[in-house]
Amino acid sequence: MSRNIYIYILVMAGVTYLIRLLPLTLIRKEIKNTYIRSFLYYVPYVTLSVMTFPAILGATANPWSAAAGFAAALILAYMRKSLISVSLISCASVFLVELVTGI
Amino acid sequence: MNRRNIFAAGIRDGIPICLGYIAVSFTFGIMAKNAGISVWEAVLISASNLTSAGQFAGLSLITSASSYWEMAVTQLVINLRYCLMSCALSQKLDARFPFFHRFFVAYGVTDEIFGVSVGAKGKLSPFYSYGVISVAAPGWVLGTFLGIVSGSVLPARVISALSVALYGMFIAIIIPPSRDDRILRYLVIISMFLSFIFTVMPVLNRISSGFRIIILTLMIAGAAAWLFPVSEEEPDVSKESKQ
Repeated sequence: MSRNIYIYILVMAGVTYLIRLLPLTLIRKEIKNTYIRSFLYYVPYVTLSVMTFPAILGATANPWSAAAGFAAALILAYMRKSLISVSLISCASVFLVELVTGI
Repeated sequence: MNRRNIFAAGIRDGIPICLGYIAVSFTFGIMAKNAGISVWEAVLISASNLTSAGQFAGLSLITSASSYWEMAVTQLVINLRYCLMSCALSQKLDARFPFFHRFFVAYGVTDEIFGVSVGAKGKLSPFYSYGVISVAAPGWVLGTFLGIVSGSVLPARVISALSVALYGMFIAIIIPPSRDDRILRYLVIISMFLSFIFTVMPVLNRISSGFRIIILTLMIAGAAAWLFPVSEEEPDVSKESKQ
């Protein structure tokens, strides 16, 4: 490492922060355009879905435990359980499946 | 709800993020150690960046002694999705709060904190974001610290189980509204299906995950907004309810 690590960190953090900050500070008014409003309304659902699947299947030690965690989360979320219980029971399912299958 | 209650609600929703972050940043800590980065430097990276993919990429650029420009462009490309998220949050934030809050809320625009923020009812109070950040960010830093100090503090089985915490949370955010709204339901299914196609299809699977998120979001949310424009202030999902 011939370069200064602190400058690297400054560049990384600076660029990442500006990406997050600029839209929040530049778009101060409520957007009236129906198309853009609708687009921004749909954005989180698409983004979160794309990030979740199929990435979740490769997140754990094996795809079976991941599938169990995925199924548990889907069922509990459908039953409108709270964020934390969906998340923790999903983790517990992964743990149990890996314990039982011995992987 | 007053500020204290909203802050507490943020803390509550931040707990699963914290657990998931510990699992992910633990791996980051181990990799930072292998890359020859000191504890203090790794912790500083995690505290100042608060992002997963960008930090992993940054680590490999640091070890290969890349130029600072290369670092800047890589971070821009990998983290560009935050720009979309911040655009969405700019409309969700409660305009009654002073402008300076946006500088602090911006620090916490991560996939996960964005997820719970859009899931929160009504307008977004900065104090909700502060509640979430106050537990999520320390989790991210703590995991990094534990990973670099010792690779054996947490058993592999626990790390594996905690790795789904964040996905479980995403599911808890997107499924309940999709249950009531037919359009959202199809939107979620189509998004997951196309994401799967982009992961397994040759050529398409060479697109990095950051760009896959951006491309699919622009495509799918763009088409949905054109086909099914949302007219009211708060889209009424109750009329579609099956109950």
